[in-house]
Amino acid sequence: MPKKPDLLPGTLDLLILRTLKRAPQHGYGIALSIKRLSDDVLTVEEGSLYPALQRLLLRGWVKAEWKKTETNRRARFYTLTPAGRKQLGAELSQFDQMIAAIGRVLQDA
Amino acid sequence: MDSILLFFRKLAILFRRDKFSNEMEEEMAFHREQKERALLDDGAAPDSAHYAAKRQFGNSTQLKEQAHEIVSFCFETVLQDFRFAIRQLRKSPGFALTAIGMLALGLCASVAIFAFVDAALIKPLPYRDPSRLVGVFESIPECPQCPLSYPDYLDWKRLNTVFSSFDVFQRDGFLLTTSEGAETARGLRVSDGFLRTLGITPLLGRYFYPGEDLASAQPTVLLSYAAWQQRYGGKEDVLGQTVILDGVPNTIIGVLPRVFEFAPARSAEFFAALHAPNSCEVRRSCHGLNGIGRLKDGVSIQTALADTKSIAAQLEIQYPDSNHGQGAAVAPLTEVIVGDIRPILLVLLGGAGLLLLIACVNVTSLLLLRSEGRRREIAVRGALGASSARLVRQFATEGFVLVGIGSALGIVLAAWLMRVLTRLIPTDMMANMSYLQGLGFNTRVGAFAFTIGIFCLALFSVVPTWRLSLSSLRGGLVEATRGSSGNSWRRLGSNLVVIEIATAMVLLVGAGLLGKSLYRLLHVNIGFQPDHLATLEIDAPDAVYGKDEPSIALERRVISEIEKLPGVQSVGVSYLGIPMDGNGNTTWFRIIGRPWHGEHNDTPQRNVSSSYFTTLHATLVRGRSFHENEDVSKPNVAIVNQTFAKKYFSSDEDATGKQLSFVPVATKPIEIVGVVEDIKEGPLDIATPPVLYFPLNQNPSDSFTVVARTSQAEASLLPAMVAAIHQIDRNIAVLNEVTMTERINHSQSAYLHHFSAWLVGGFAVLALLLSAIGLYGVIAYSVSQRTRELGIRLALGAQPRLVYQLVMKEAGWLAAAGIAIGLACAIAAATLMRGLLFGVRSWDVSTLAAVAVVLGASALLASYVPARRAASLDPVQVLRSE
Repeated sequence: MPKKPDLLPGTLDLLILRTLKRAPQHGYGIALSIKRLSDDVLTVEEGSLYPALQRLLLRGWVKAEWKKTETNRRARFYTLTPAGRKQLGAELSQFDQMIAAIGRVLQDA
Repeated sequence: MDSILLFFRKLAILFRRDKFSNEMEEEMAFHREQKERALLDDGAAPDSAHYAAKRQFGNSTQLKEQAHEIVSFCFETVLQDFRFAIRQLRKSPGFALTAIGMLALGLCASVAIFAFVDAALIKPLPYRDPSRLVGVFESIPECPQCPLSYPDYLDWKRLNTVFSSFDVFQRDGFLLTTSEGAETARGLRVSDGFLRTLGITPLLGRYFYPGEDLASAQPTVLLSYAAWQQRYGGKEDVLGQTVILDGVPNTIIGVLPRVFEFAPARSAEFFAALHAPNSCEVRRSCHGLNGIGRLKDGVSIQTALADTKSIAAQLEIQYPDSNHGQGAAVAPLTEVIVGDIRPILLVLLGGAGLLLLIACVNVTSLLLLRSEGRRREIAVRGALGASSARLVRQFATEGFVLVGIGSALGIVLAAWLMRVLTRLIPTDMMANMSYLQGLGFNTRVGAFAFTIGIFCLALFSVVPTWRLSLSSLRGGLVEATRGSSGNSWRRLGSNLVVIEIATAMVLLVGAGLLGKSLYRLLHVNIGFQPDHLATLEIDAPDAVYGKDEPSIALERRVISEIEKLPGVQSVGVSYLGIPMDGNGNTTWFRIIGRPWHGEHNDTPQRNVSSSYFTTLHATLVRGRSFHENEDVSKPNVAIVNQTFAKKYFSSDEDATGKQLSFVPVATKPIEIVGVVEDIKEGPLDIATPPVLYFPLNQNPSDSFTVVARTSQAEASLLPAMVAAIHQIDRNIAVLNEVTMTERINHSQSAYLHHFSAWLVGGFAVLALLLSAIGLYGVIAYSVSQRTRELGIRLALGAQPRLVYQLVMKEAGWLAAAGIAIGLACAIAAATLMRGLLFGVRSWDVSTLAAVAVVLGASALLASYVPARRAASLDPVQVLRSE
């Protein structure tokens, strides 16, 4: 099995927020989305989503709600709050800046 | 704003912690189920799907822990750690109690002793700018720091360029006339600027005006706060009242502040102006005044010394009769006040410090032992996801709990010990050391205790952590089942035990030497029989008894009245002191018929009754005693002690029959009629100087000391003696009624030796006990670690005796190493404290040998139990249980 790249530190929160921007999701759904959207390149240790989600909850960037799934199971769904949306915007622009900077350095070299 | 929201969200979760956990659990379970289902759908086998789902999810316990840490307050984990630490300690009460007990003990001893050190040596004297105050003395070879004479004082005061003020004081007892008769009161005669030099302002009234200390001024006096409260009920109208001291009416002009203390004044009640010069103070050769000066800004002690020395030299030329050989000495006032107690306190502090060291080493090795036993637990906790920072914090918390309880207990014990120790000091001695009255907890003592606590805490949390970092976690899991670990610990533990034994050796040797000094001191040849002697001093009013005739009559009357008391065998009296009183009252003489070049033979003098030597049971080695009728009408005579005879006459010369004369004021020739064996006139630890005895009837006095020998218990005679004297005249004051044995035992040198010997002895016994416990711990641990090896040895046919020897040999080596190192350290330590030793050398072989034997024996005893256990192992059982 080829080694998967590690996530850049701090990007897990960003990925979660970005995933939730599209639609409210439960934890498993978030993991699935990240995996699928990154074409299986980004796989997080799935369990580490949950402490991260608690951190986002505490910051007030996401809301949690227990709901039924399509298969009629109880699951906790997470929704982006307005504050979370703002945070996502800020983090995205920061991230873009950083990527652009790294890109410039790498091109130049 | 955000942080407030955060706080409330955390708080909300805190109150629903169970719900939080359950929800997290459910959420994670849901995730794993979904995953498993997805894998099954992909065609995985049910078993492998289950495990793959679990594996990909990660360590759920650790993740939950992480989530908890995110939403919890930091104090929560701290509380958790505390709860856990206390549970851990309660689970092994033996360890907890031993460790706490040892810590408390070590802390208690050092904090209590430090409080004494602080009160005596660190706390500044309670005067304005105390570091600028100095004691000023005249100096001769026999007495390097001696009082000044009044004319010299006036000259020094006038001529010096180094003191901003220069004053004198003299301790004095006053005969106080009260409505119930006469009593004596302690007092101080001071020059007019004395209190101003110290920087003290009276609480009430005023201080002396300049010139108020001259004989021409009206007699005035200030009261101590205690005297004001006790004698005058603390009333403000005391100012202007008259008090009769030594028959002279004195006007009370002021009251000193409550906190005023001046150790050389003892507990003086009356501070009288000097009213100089009295009969002594007219003479330049009569030295009775203690000088105290305040250095001018920028003047060092050396400069002051040089200046006073040059004045003294000038006076030597000017007044060769009286000032021949009189030098000068200047010393910081602190030195003058606490000088003699400093070495003892430092030795005691050192002893307490060593005890603390042993206690710390012992607790450290206990902790190591425990961390060794907990390797497996630590490994499991690490494997379950505890970060190493968290593990370190756990150890620190356990250390904190231990140190916290230990120091709280230690501080309570220290407060108690301080009170016990101060109560053990006799009142008389305490009056001499009034700086100890403020003894107790203050910021400095608190800071000292706190520093020790922090130090212990650091030690006790760092050591197990460091130990932990040496061993890998995985190793811990594997090794713990084998029981072959702990080699490194055994080495470390052994080193610690060697330190402990060496420290115990130092303390034991110190205690042994001090004990031996005390024994030597109490068995020094004092030249008389101290048992069955009752003594008291009397002071009769000068107006009635001051002349020669009534003085002699009074002396005869006192002797005859006391002789009548039941059980009394003989009575003697002495003026200018009796044995143990010190050598303060000296005289100068020359030997007639020998060349004399103005030198001062400074010699203690005693004026005694004819019955004095027989009462003391002193031994007359040559000549005769004084006759009862030897008064001023008869030729002047003297008796000298053996040291006198040896110093001033050659061995084939007979001192008796030789004639002396006083100098500088010449007298009729005084013939030596007898030589008496040396009587210990001064402190026990000082060699007896040459002493001159004169017949009291040729130099009568109305104040003297009575010594009575009785066949009964001497203490019970004292009240009868007081009553007999008051029967003669109610206005005669009686003071210092004590037995001679008490006088000896309570003398400062004996007392300080007692105090230090017992205290260091106590420390040493505790140290012995602690080091024995430490050695036992190490050997017992070593045996438990080697159970398997020893079992195999036994199974292969080793004799139990050999196994026993094996263990004892290990203990023996440790003890021998400890004793050897301790020996070297002990000799070094004893050399440092040789100033406190009396009649014992610092390398006293018998003490060193005895201590080594005691330590060796207790070490063998401590290792006997584990050795026995090792020898009686059942090899079959050992090998099976492994």
